[in-house]
Amino acid sequence: MSYHFNGADIASDEEGYLTDLSLWNPELALLIAKDEKIEMSDEHWEVVNFLREYYDEYQIAPAIRVLTKALKKKLGEEKSSNKYLYELFPYGPAKQACKIAGLPKPTGCV
Amino acid sequence: MSDTKRFLYVNRKAPHGTVYALESLEVVLIGAAFEQDVSLAFLDDGVFQLVKKQVTTGIGVKNFAPTYRALGDYDVKKLYVERESLAERGLTEDDLMEVTHENDDEEDVSSIEIVDRARMAQIMAAQDVVLSF
Repeated sequence: MSYHFNGADIASDEEGYLTDLSLWNPELALLIAKDEKIEMSDEHWEVVNFLREYYDEYQIAPAIRVLTKALKKKLGEEKSSNKYLYELFPYGPAKQACKIAGLPKPTGCV
Repeated sequence: MSDTKRFLYVNRKAPHGTVYALESLEVVLIGAAFEQDVSLAFLDDGVFQLVKKQVTTGIGVKNFAPTYRALGDYDVKKLYVERESLAERGLTEDDLMEVTHENDDEEDVSSIEIVDRARMAQIMAAQDVVLSF
């Protein structure tokens, strides 16, 4: 699989996660989001950017339990609940947000 | 919870030449979701896994060393490192990266405990499950 972006093919795995995360950029994120039927709002970007920062520091995409805990610390209670995250990313915040962020599928995410 | 078991993951190999260290770490992270009592042991060449400032660009593999620092987020709070293994390799505690977790007072405290060989044997004997990598 691949994404057609600016006249180039950006490779992804069969589930749509980028194979080379260095090729990610915000415009490509919008394209991936569109495939996921998600219109990116500021709230979506908050989560996506947070995931990228987490990956940059720990070289891992966090499991959903870890994501909610870390978001609570950074953004507060109302922006870290499972409910809030599922409203933003209906097919699984860890899966969809990581895909849009250009990260691998979270370890332990089944 | 009454069905909680004590799991010890034993790491005995250097980090990047084989896949054992990374596989062990991934199993730990996946297993952490099941809320068991998890601890990690580092002995023999396994102590190299926690050495700070690892750089893997020269050998073309991903550097997963920073991921050990995420273990606290996964509620994995006990990393036992064998004192003799460090000494035999010319290493001390100062050569190891910082791995911390939050205690009940929301303070970051070290997850790494240096233990001698005899204590390591006691720790192993006290487990329900020992997985060796």
